[in-house]
Amino acid sequence: MIRARAVPGKGAPREPAPWLDDSAGRVVRPYTASGGRTRPAVALDLLSSVTATGARPRAPLGAEHTAALRLCAGAAAVTVAEVAGQLRLPAAVAKVLLSDLVEAGAVTASAPRFPGGGGPYAAADDQTLLQAVLDGLRRRL
Amino acid sequence: MAYAADCDTRGPAATAAARPVTLKILVAGGFGAGKTTLVGAVSEIPPLCTEELLSGIGADADPLDGVDTKTSTTVALDFGRITLDTGHVLYLFGTPGQERFWFLWEELSAGALGAVVLADTRRLADCFPAVDFFERRGIVFVVAVNEFDGGHRYTAGEVREAVGLAPGVPVVHCDARLTGSATAVLAELVHHLLSTAAPAVPAQPTDRGEPT
Repeated sequence: MIRARAVPGKGAPREPAPWLDDSAGRVVRPYTASGGRTRPAVALDLLSSVTATGARPRAPLGAEHTAALRLCAGAAAVTVAEVAGQLRLPAAVAKVLLSDLVEAGAVTASAPRFPGGGGPYAAADDQTLLQAVLDGLRRRL
Repeated sequence: MAYAADCDTRGPAATAAARPVTLKILVAGGFGAGKTTLVGAVSEIPPLCTEELLSGIGADADPLDGVDTKTSTTVALDFGRITLDTGHVLYLFGTPGQERFWFLWEELSAGALGAVVLADTRRLADCFPAVDFFERRGIVFVVAVNEFDGGHRYTAGEVREAVGLAPGVPVVHCDARLTGSATAVLAELVHHLLSTAAPAVPAQPTDRGEPT
């Protein structure tokens, strides 16, 4: 069963909750939003950042696409994972929606800048980077 | 997946300044070990829970006996963000550490700095698969023992022995509910990364920042 998990604390504004039924759960199945598709046409990482271009797609958008586009139109770039979480959709569905928006020219996506290019444990030889991260964390202590 | 082509890590300074470096730390552990709590304690955005679809591999491994209505198989991902400074943004992903989710961990591990394995001493065995996964792939991790109210307190040495950790792997105690304590766990991981990296660094930090 697909279920939007209530998250405690820090009550910031979120997207309106999907249409949920207490006993039946989500009324509209998540993959309805993506037309049953699970594979996006554009390769997206969970940490790819997505930004609205301001261009309006020619074809009318569905409700979920519109909601996704709205999230991309904020002042700061958001990640694919944030869009999925805000829309309470599985990441695979959010990727399909965002991929559609990229293809329609409404959103640009940029791959995450991982240190060292993306392999696991890639940054471990980057002392300067690690020190910056450590300093940043300790400032928060 | 080939994202590397788009990652201009050595790109012009202007591009680098505009796009912060994406840093990723994984938070693993059994159900109820405190992953959601820890991510929530340190995240500057309301912690999000997304779901990833389990592929055929996961579905095959999922026991269906005695389950009446198995409509979909997904795994929850806790997601949080810490903006360290203008050039560095740290993202946290928390997800269950069971072996059947390993295909997901493979993807999440790409580009990750390292991992925190949360351990609940009442169910210590729940963290074994995650420890196994990170050991095999050479991903640096620390074990954080989440101190639950009323739970028996074990020493770091006892936990180390029970899990069978290599001598160098730090074991720290934490209260995953507290921002300071959870942040200190992340700092311990990064400190451990620094100390395990190439030793050609002149100034090693002396303060281990160990949570109490």
